[in-house]
Amino acid sequence: MDKIREIIELIKFNILAFIDELKFVFVDDARYELLLNGFLNTLKITAGALVVGILIGIVIAAIRSSYDKNKESMKLRGGLGYRILSVLNAVCKLYLTVIRGTPVVVQLMISYFVIFVASQDGVPVAIFAFGINSGAYVAEIFRAGIMSIDNGQFEAGRSLGFNYFQTMRYIIIPQMFKAVLPTLCNEFIALLKETSVAGYVGVMDITKAGNVIAGRTFEYFIPLFTVALVYLVMVMILSSLVGKLERRLRKSER
Amino acid sequence: MSDNALIKVTDLKKHYNGGEVKALDGVNCEIKKGEVVVVIGPSGSGKSTFLRSLNLLEIPTDGQIIFNGADITAPKTNINKHRQKMGMVFQHFNLFPNMTVLGNMTSAPIKILKKSKKEAEEKALELLDRVGLKDRADAYPSQLSGGQKQRVAIVRALCMEPEVMLFDEPTSALDPEMVGEVLDVMKNLASQGMTMIVVTHEMGFAKEVGSRVIFFDEGIIQEEGTPEEIFQNPKGERLKSFLSKVLI
Repeated sequence: MDKIREIIELIKFNILAFIDELKFVFVDDARYELLLNGFLNTLKITAGALVVGILIGIVIAAIRSSYDKNKESMKLRGGLGYRILSVLNAVCKLYLTVIRGTPVVVQLMISYFVIFVASQDGVPVAIFAFGINSGAYVAEIFRAGIMSIDNGQFEAGRSLGFNYFQTMRYIIIPQMFKAVLPTLCNEFIALLKETSVAGYVGVMDITKAGNVIAGRTFEYFIPLFTVALVYLVMVMILSSLVGKLERRLRKSER
Repeated sequence: MSDNALIKVTDLKKHYNGGEVKALDGVNCEIKKGEVVVVIGPSGSGKSTFLRSLNLLEIPTDGQIIFNGADITAPKTNINKHRQKMGMVFQHFNLFPNMTVLGNMTSAPIKILKKSKKEAEEKALELLDRVGLKDRADAYPSQLSGGQKQRVAIVRALCMEPEVMLFDEPTSALDPEMVGEVLDVMKNLASQGMTMIVVTHEMGFAKEVGSRVIFFDEGIIQEEGTPEEIFQNPKGERLKSFLSKVLI
């Protein structure tokens, strides 16, 4: 009996000590505000970069795939259109090469310390940098999606009298979006976690917040695991949302 | 050019690989309003390329296509305008899988012709009724049989009220028992006076419905005439040998 009581006492003591520690790490000096603020910043950066990335991605994928698909026929018909498209395609390729060829941290630092030197707030700069970065990857995902759609769909659209952009907008992109959703979800997860380097330019994201708390309290275990848990939960929520969307889109075909 | 020529093709050429492959090598022909022109020929003879050139799904290397008095091969032409007047039916249907049957049929009239949704749907339902598919209006293409898909594809093109219908082997991808239902729709269409250009291997259809038969080989028109002339009195060796292979 004594042994058991001893063990219970020990457990009780440990739990109380842990709660004390939690209180010390998060509640004292209102350090949870740091974490909350960091969480909101991470959300803002991710959501903003997502939108920027998708917009860039659609534009670039449309240019690149229309160049790939139409260069033969446009060459035959000649004219200014072909030349403009070639130049745009070359610009897009350069963008993809540079962005995918350099680390996102370096791009972020260049954005903050070189391009937007005068900026006081790091969050918009981070949205810009991560958006530009994500756009390159999203563009290639979209392009693969567009190229995977049967050419007959283009032809059917064009033969009904839709112009190229209408065919893309009403027929190809809705189908493409459904096809690339799982891959796109992957990119979003990667983006969310990549924003953890925003601290490099002084943005108080959740990782930075965890690190600051750890530095002030000399407690590393709790803040860092908390940060990890927050990311994990965010990714799980994101995947389940995308999964739901996927199922809803698929239902429309049955 | 005679008054009632809807399409006039002059010296149409389509070369690939800088002239190495000559899919079309100087095609001349005229299609009048109300004609049902059936294009036959061995595979690789250029008949599909010819059909696809008519609405510039293939850009010709050389030559001229006059449609409704306008040169659609001229670089400045707005081809989208002309394509609205040329319905096309494909071998593989090419219905839009993300839209219902009704959506497939009304998207172009609504987005291009700026018809109201109600007006477009009324027209679509009326056409669907004519091909016996009114009850499938809300189905998705994946829920339809091949024959049903092709019938929808035909009425989808008709929703744009085209002046000519181009058929690119419309029955080649169908199970044998579904060929009839699609041909029936096409016969019906022909009897209503629609101008049709049909690339097909259905010689029965050519004989029964065709007002003119064109025989393609090696990228040019080898022979053309009424179905009787072509099937009963073939002149060239190529046509004779082709017919001996396909006729039962």
